[in-house]
Amino acid sequence: MAKLRYAEALNQALREEMQRDPSVFLFGEDIARYGGVFKVTRGLMDEFGEGRVRDTPISEQTLAAMAVTAAMTGTRPILEIMYADFMPLVLDALINQASIYEYLWNDVSMPFVLRTQGGGGAGAGAQHSKSLDSLVAHIPGLKVVAPVTPADAKGLLKTAIRDSQPVIFLEHKLLYNLRDDVPDDPDFTVEIGKARTVCEGADISIFATSRMVLESHKAAELLAADGISAEVIDLRSLRPLDLSAIKTSIAKTHHAVVVNEGWRFCGYAAELSATIMDHAFDDLDGPVARVTLPDMPVPYSEPLEMAVLPNAAKIADAARATLR
Amino acid sequence: MKNSPSTTERIEMHRKMVLVRRLEERLGELHKAGKTRGPIHRCDGQEAVGVGATAMLATSDYVTSTHRGHAHYVGKGLGVHGIAAEILGRETGYCGGRAGHMLIGEKASGVIGGNAIVGASIPAATGMALSIQVRGGSDVAMCFFGDGAAQTGICHESMNIAALWKLPVVFVLEHNQYGLTVHHSVQSPVADLSIRGAGYAIPSEIVDGNDAVAVYRAVATAVERARRGEGPSLVEAKTYRMQGFSTSDMGGYQGEEDLAAWAARDPIKVSFASLVDAVGQERLEQVEQEAVAEVDAAIEAALEAPLPTFAVFEKTAPYAESF
Repeated sequence: MAKLRYAEALNQALREEMQRDPSVFLFGEDIARYGGVFKVTRGLMDEFGEGRVRDTPISEQTLAAMAVTAAMTGTRPILEIMYADFMPLVLDALINQASIYEYLWNDVSMPFVLRTQGGGGAGAGAQHSKSLDSLVAHIPGLKVVAPVTPADAKGLLKTAIRDSQPVIFLEHKLLYNLRDDVPDDPDFTVEIGKARTVCEGADISIFATSRMVLESHKAAELLAADGISAEVIDLRSLRPLDLSAIKTSIAKTHHAVVVNEGWRFCGYAAELSATIMDHAFDDLDGPVARVTLPDMPVPYSEPLEMAVLPNAAKIADAARATLR
Repeated sequence: MKNSPSTTERIEMHRKMVLVRRLEERLGELHKAGKTRGPIHRCDGQEAVGVGATAMLATSDYVTSTHRGHAHYVGKGLGVHGIAAEILGRETGYCGGRAGHMLIGEKASGVIGGNAIVGASIPAATGMALSIQVRGGSDVAMCFFGDGAAQTGICHESMNIAALWKLPVVFVLEHNQYGLTVHHSVQSPVADLSIRGAGYAIPSEIVDGNDAVAVYRAVATAVERARRGEGPSLVEAKTYRMQGFSTSDMGGYQGEEDLAAWAARDPIKVSFASLVDAVGQERLEQVEQEAVAEVDAAIEAALEAPLPTFAVFEKTAPYAESF
């Protein structure tokens, strides 16, 4: 066990999987010589060469389409899309290409990973701060994961690389410097589709994704001061969902808050809310509360950005409101 | 001449062009009789491109196709029954009726595959070529695309990347003059799209797309170059779409003079005329009759084949509630 930053944990996962399997290769903008704008791929070109760690032109639409077919023909590509805000450029590759071939064609698998990072809080403005989780989680045939801890970052990335289906790997720009214990064991992996209980509670369940897990944990502390016992569940896997963990928690608390940093209307939180109603309606004693970004662009200036981002206080307020 | 097909190869190309033509004609009849579903995009008049360009490929080479891919499928080795049955939505089709005529794929034959998002075949082949390069093989990926697809942004992105990394891809621009109903002169300021190759340092050549032998020669040179690891080439095959965009096309925008002029240069006629002295009329006619009979039998068998039954696809439907 070593203390690693989230970015270092990802780097370690990439290195271990590239050592383990020569068909794994990386491509993306600024990832090779510079080591990635968030330093996740630092040092990998020197170790594995320019053939397996490739700087690319700024051509996201084509790069994603190439990942799909490279994966169908014997390699395991890992594509880095620098910002989740650029995901609209790759949607044809995901929606019209990646999601259809396993169904249409015989004997086809698509073991590629698309890594990207989103989220606000860094003053990056309206085109570099979004969480577009629902755009990718909407697509059948793709898996979508969003680790929060350095250990999960490593374990889930290794599992994603070994998976035979496309995995969209969502990172968050404010998590890269988070430092925590990460197992050294090269066989350490984290199963896709399993949620993680951050803290147990009896009165209300808070289901959160990505950095909102940290805000939800803080919200649980705020609620504890009011005598409310909140259970926080880090979904980790946005698709497939850990329905069992969701149902078990609601059966215990009978109340739910869902938290996602993306937009509200038709957003990932809306899907979570509907899924909870589909599967746990009889156990609910109140409406499912949703905490999201409002339906607007992420503003630049700090007080404006902080006003719109979901945070611990907003999550705690939503919990209190639904418990009332 | 370098890279000329042998007489045996030319007879086989002739046979495959007749297979494709008969398939297209029968599909037209079946559509009129209400026995097909959805639009069908016929490639009558363009057979020499798909058949000529694939004639020198190995099974392990890859081909990406378009919404108008029947000649590419047959050229790369798919059987007529599997194609016809897929188009008729039957269980015995290459994709069990899940794909339809625009999206036929058969990995074992290197056809992956049809693609009905115009332009998407271009990065698809480029990605396969990247895979080949990373794995260290000598296979090639061949991309068919039209003059309409040449106007997409991904065409530019793909050619730039392919040339930059010297990927083993062959770009076959099947210039049939129309993007849906819009003539190329209304889509591009230049008539010869292959001049764009210079912008990527990609060797480019224009060939008569109605002459299978000319297509073969140019593409064979490009394939050899790709196998040597020297990178992509662009072959622009000038041809003409004789049957409209699809079976739903009301027509009226293709000039009668153009149609007559291109009909006079029909690729099967061109092939017949160039082979008849060496092979003899009787043998060529026999080849044609056998090809026609093969297609007719395949279509009869496909019409008799069972329709598929629906099964939940677990991989894309992890929640039973979706059904």
